[in-house]
Amino acid sequence: MTINTDMPVKVVEITRVADSVKRFRLQRIDRQPMPAFSGGAHVVVAMQDGGLLRRNPYSLMSSPSDRSAYEISVLRVESSRGGSHFMHDHVKEGSTLTVTQPLNLFPFDHRGKKHILFAGGIGITPFIAMMDQMAREDRSFELHYAVRTRSHGAYWQELAQRYGDHRIRIYCDAEKLFIPTKSILAKQALGTHVYVCGPAGMIDGVLELAKSLGWPKQNLHSERFLAPPTGKPFTATLARSQKTITVGEHQSILEAVEAAGVDAPYMCRGGACGQCETVVISCSGEILHNDIYLEPDDKRSGKKIMICISRIKGDAVTLDL
Amino acid sequence: MNIKFKEETFRGDFTFRNSPETIRRFPFPFHEDKYMYAVNMEPHVPAGPKGHAYNAPIDVDEHYVSEMRDREIVLKQDPLRCQALPHMMTAQWDTLELLMEQQAMGFPELFSLTKNGDQWRWVNKPLGIDQRFTFGDASTLPYEPMEYITRQAQGDFCIVDQRDGNLWMDAGMVTTQADWSLDFDVGMNFMEWHGPVPLAHQIGVFDRALKFLLNLQQGKPVRRLNWTMTINPRLDTSPENYHKWGPDRMTVTPENVGDKVHLRCELQSLWRLPRSNGILFVIRCYLLKMEELVTVPKWARRFHRVLRDLPPELIDYKGLTRYRPTTIEWLAKHDDGAATSPGIFPD
Repeated sequence: MTINTDMPVKVVEITRVADSVKRFRLQRIDRQPMPAFSGGAHVVVAMQDGGLLRRNPYSLMSSPSDRSAYEISVLRVESSRGGSHFMHDHVKEGSTLTVTQPLNLFPFDHRGKKHILFAGGIGITPFIAMMDQMAREDRSFELHYAVRTRSHGAYWQELAQRYGDHRIRIYCDAEKLFIPTKSILAKQALGTHVYVCGPAGMIDGVLELAKSLGWPKQNLHSERFLAPPTGKPFTATLARSQKTITVGEHQSILEAVEAAGVDAPYMCRGGACGQCETVVISCSGEILHNDIYLEPDDKRSGKKIMICISRIKGDAVTLDL
Repeated sequence: MNIKFKEETFRGDFTFRNSPETIRRFPFPFHEDKYMYAVNMEPHVPAGPKGHAYNAPIDVDEHYVSEMRDREIVLKQDPLRCQALPHMMTAQWDTLELLMEQQAMGFPELFSLTKNGDQWRWVNKPLGIDQRFTFGDASTLPYEPMEYITRQAQGDFCIVDQRDGNLWMDAGMVTTQADWSLDFDVGMNFMEWHGPVPLAHQIGVFDRALKFLLNLQQGKPVRRLNWTMTINPRLDTSPENYHKWGPDRMTVTPENVGDKVHLRCELQSLWRLPRSNGILFVIRCYLLKMEELVTVPKWARRFHRVLRDLPPELIDYKGLTRYRPTTIEWLAKHDDGAATSPGIFPD
């Protein structure tokens, strides 16, 4: 038995906040309060795009104490598989969407004596809610936020105004200003925690530098916005459901499975939570593991795949679904 | 639902007993005629026949007032039964909200919660409490939020912090436990506090359970049943008080089994907490005398078989060794060998 806790919502306000970034304010149609959440949480937004059901994860960026609505910010991604274009071009004020309950794979450590946040571009969104919660709980934090240009960067003015220049530092690529990661990481007291969200290169850079400076891995936290990569179509046979489906160029296995009417478990849709772990019965080709969940041994074994984000290079795969 | 609260004791003269209606609502922990550890978790949704302990996700029954009085006695003697590490304050508030909301929703004639922004009013009729306070401001309550609300809710409560891919027992109110100690376990992680359990580690139960719980979703609580046995209806069977209840196990005779020997069931529910991302672990204890248990023929047959065929490691771990043979002999008279129906509910 499963409980359906998804919430139909109405888009009550759309705001353009920067080049290619729009903010959507979502209110429950049944007028019930939104569930409380913790800074760093995201929801999966379901959009009905004609006959196609799209589901994309977005960080919640409204105040966790605001139960009247949720807010998300969506960057229009040029090489998008369609979700961000749909949100930008087709979702209007008054449109309806469905959101899941909040899920936090990027929580802050409540024991932290100080929290240092590194954001790159749209990676700012989970930190907006996180800082709101930290400020209310009277925690010590500072944000280092890298933007491409000032007009590309979302929210930096509001944040600086709200929390002050001593806590909010903006670095602009176009002005050749870069985050002095090394000097920041080198001088922190014990009990400090580091959080990083942004492009993969930035995350890897911060984490590697921190490790080389001797930071314990328990004090390092990151969230990657992973989207399922595109690739050549292939055939997937679902052994238990006795169905054979085609996974399209712009589709994830999970999306193709859902389109075929088969129920598969999922939560984050970003290769992080582990919920959609699926047994591979056979595979004629190579599994392209794109998740950050499976252990290296599991990946090498060729017996497991995270179907929300990974695909195969080859003709056909048989899954225990 | 109109509950008539009992005046009774769980110590001294042990006047606890269940009314016939309460016997039938008991969460009987065996769905078949044998028992072994399993990751037996299911969605914690209202279930069971009308009036069953599964009807409301946070259950209140006829023992509520007396159980809260017993908790007060335990806390007076041993304040360390209630502890919260400093980083758990947000989770404490989450817990307070959850227990108030669930009790008010399940039993609106007994409890009510009114919210006006962060100005809240909590009314608890059975205990005669009418409290106005500011959500988030602990100075507006007579105790810290977890202690305040768990002095008004049946069951033990552990608040678990989630970090580093593990769960940490960093707060709790534990006064009705089956021989474990919060004071000993506080700050431990999931694998550490389950260390003493036999057999289950080897079959990978805890690895799977941990993986499952790390992904526990908001709005989708889960439950499982656990059980042991207790001599005399004593809620506080803690290691701290072992000298008081340990010797009771020597007092079982064929004549007093029906009244003295109890099946002790724990209805455990787990809830993802919204603001702290922690997990609330509720361990609600129900006691059933053998003479009460055998009034349900299905349960009499089944419990006899479960107890008779229990693996030796479990007999020892659950502390049943001394009185198990006497109890099986007594139960055998209530088992005619007939087949039992599947599931836990009475026929």
